[in-house]
Amino acid sequence: MTDDQVVEVQEEETPPRTLPDQAVLRAVAEQFDDIEWILSSGQDVFILPKDLVLDVVQAAKDAGFELLADLTVTDYFRGRSPRFELVINLLSMQHRLRLRLRAPVPVDDVQVPSVVGVYPGANFYEREAFDLFGLVFDGHPDLTRILMPDEWEGHPLRKDFGMGSVPVQFKDSHQVQ
Amino acid sequence: MTDQKRRDKRNVDVWLTGTEEPGWLVDSTDEGAQKMAAHETAGRLLDQEGLVVGDDRVLDEDVAPEDELMIINMGPQHPSTHGVLRLNIELEGEIIRRSKPIIGYLHTGMEKTGEELTWLQGPTNVTRMDYLAPFHNELAYSLAVEKLLGIDLPPRALAIRILMTELNRVSSHLVALATNGMDIGALSMMLYGFRDRERILAFFEKTTGLRMNHNYIRPGGVAADLPPDWQDDIEFILDKVPPRILEYEDLLKANPIWMGRTLDVGVITLEECLAYSVTGPTLRAAGSGWDLRKAFPYSGIENYHFEVPVGERGDVYDRYRVRVEEIWQSLSIVKQAAESMPEGDYKTDDRKVAPPPRARIDESMEALIHHFKIYTEGFQVPEGEVYVAIESPRGELGAYLVSDGGSRPLRMHMRTPSFANLQGLPVMMADSLIADTVATIASLDPVLGDVDR
Amino acid sequence: MSHPANPPGFLLANLDKVRHWAQTRSMFTVTFGLACCAIEMMATGAGHYDLARFGMEVFRASPRQADLMIVAGRVSQKMAPVLRQVYDQMPEPKWVISMGACASTGGMFNNYALVQGVDQIVPVDIYIPGCPPGPQSLMHGILTLHDKIMSGEIAH
Repeated sequence: MTDDQVVEVQEEETPPRTLPDQAVLRAVAEQFDDIEWILSSGQDVFILPKDLVLDVVQAAKDAGFELLADLTVTDYFRGRSPRFELVINLLSMQHRLRLRLRAPVPVDDVQVPSVVGVYPGANFYEREAFDLFGLVFDGHPDLTRILMPDEWEGHPLRKDFGMGSVPVQFKDSHQVQ
Repeated sequence: MTDQKRRDKRNVDVWLTGTEEPGWLVDSTDEGAQKMAAHETAGRLLDQEGLVVGDDRVLDEDVAPEDELMIINMGPQHPSTHGVLRLNIELEGEIIRRSKPIIGYLHTGMEKTGEELTWLQGPTNVTRMDYLAPFHNELAYSLAVEKLLGIDLPPRALAIRILMTELNRVSSHLVALATNGMDIGALSMMLYGFRDRERILAFFEKTTGLRMNHNYIRPGGVAADLPPDWQDDIEFILDKVPPRILEYEDLLKANPIWMGRTLDVGVITLEECLAYSVTGPTLRAAGSGWDLRKAFPYSGIENYHFEVPVGERGDVYDRYRVRVEEIWQSLSIVKQAAESMPEGDYKTDDRKVAPPPRARIDESMEALIHHFKIYTEGFQVPEGEVYVAIESPRGELGAYLVSDGGSRPLRMHMRTPSFANLQGLPVMMADSLIADTVATIASLDPVLGDVDR
Repeated sequence: MSHPANPPGFLLANLDKVRHWAQTRSMFTVTFGLACCAIEMMATGAGHYDLARFGMEVFRASPRQADLMIVAGRVSQKMAPVLRQVYDQMPEPKWVISMGACASTGGMFNNYALVQGVDQIVPVDIYIPGCPPGPQSLMHGILTLHDKIMSGEIAH
């Protein structure tokens, strides 16, 4: 075969969904039609609708992702719509793999399914996401503020929450003459 | 005053105020009836009266009614909570039934501040999270930025990073030993641990200018080269610290009091660790050989030979053992790094990230402009998002960075190990004695700056 | 030197001196370690720097038995009421040292979460700069406080 005969692979009319190279990840992705797989800086990322989060997380756990490493939220504010993005980092020790799930969440519908039932370790992380971003996790056993005082108003890590310092609040301290 | 007299006095007071009869039961205090409730089994009664001492009491046939449970509050200003951790503990007698960590008393808003700082200023911010392991914070952040930038570092920068982080692991574990000892009552350990930490901190101060919160590891390399006679300092540390560790082994390893306070206390199983996202020495003490330095090597740590110590029981004693063994392994890495320290540049020569050398600034105006541009506006990082994790002394320390192509992060999130590890605390403390609380907390080695950020 | 509130006089002036001497020589500190500075505070109390040389090694867990509060670290909005309560529980006379940049001014964290200077909540006698201040700085701050009490500059 000479060089001339090498033909570039033609893109088909409807390209098949690109699936991850890793067998473990592919097995998870194949179960759901709505998962989009991308490589972000060389890391495997699934982009999925927020309603699927619980199912995908369960499937990932069944596939061998034992540990929920991280759960957080990104606020793209005006840069992207939907505005928020729920980010879940999963870790598989047996396969030495990481998987990141990203689920866009619109600002007018901040309900997302809680994954505490699958990973109890998501408890603090979801409370933090609720506290700082105002995402509401359906099915969380104790969705209260975790870092800010209970009576705090607003969700400080949202981009439209002011950066500057706020006056000291003495709501809990008793009166001092 | 005897009890009888005191009772009489209270009787008199009450009669004087006109009450018909004393408003309390003779055998009661503010905390409730002092007689054991009728539903108590005979064995349990002996137990509560102190005639029988047992430590494993899972009683499912007779669960105490609500009014026999007492909720006590511990912290946030408490000497043994390692900062400002607050615990709500539900007690049945002396036994902890449930507990709930309440955090946020050190919430600093670093993730918000991180969005306002340039990529180069970021380490200043994150180094103050886990203040016992500042180098690890800087390293996680810098590795994430470098991954977004896609730059490679000269070998000397990598080796310096490993040298500093592993020394930092030693100093952090020494404080963990010190505070663990102090909480259990081995006060000498507290003084010893801090004494040896000083030797390492002296080297840090010499290299970075600060004892803590160094801002030394930055995107693109490290801030400065090692000091001229750094080999002597490392040799001094490697000379002085190991005999001391041996001394502490003599002091604690087979000490019956220490073992009595730590063996089979605060047990957490491997499955529970995984479920609650607990990592680090706690996970390894529960029997897992998981170490990110082996699993996902970073900064060239795969070039050094070391082992991952693993425990079996997942109790306080095993966590203490794992930490001590990790000190030995880290000292060995430090030795290897010092012996094989490559020559060369200590930061990348990628001029997009690193400013020109100081000498060039005197010669060329462009270099001067370049210098100011990097330190004021900062360099741009390509659009993208990345998660990079390293093994900090407390577990998986990850940095999740999102860039929109600007000179500041769109989102800077740190996955801090203590935050997740704290979720394992109620598991460890369930059905244990209240006296073991401080031992358990100390063995988890939480750093509240790491928890609350 | 006599306190302005006291009439100047031989006996009172010297009693004041004795009182100040007693106050500075056995100053009990309430542990109020918050963040990085708390580690430096512990290092100061430990063997290498040995705060015991100044009669200061006793760190009291209970504010009722303390007369100096070293606010070591950043004070968050959530911690502010606690800090004030602990301060109120301390018996008079009492002093406050604000240790480190965060406690003094909020430091580099000018954001929603931190109290921008602990002097918004409690009166501060000594500010110690540094992030974190080294043990030497803390000792200097403590000795400065001692001097000021001895000289009657800060009188309670």
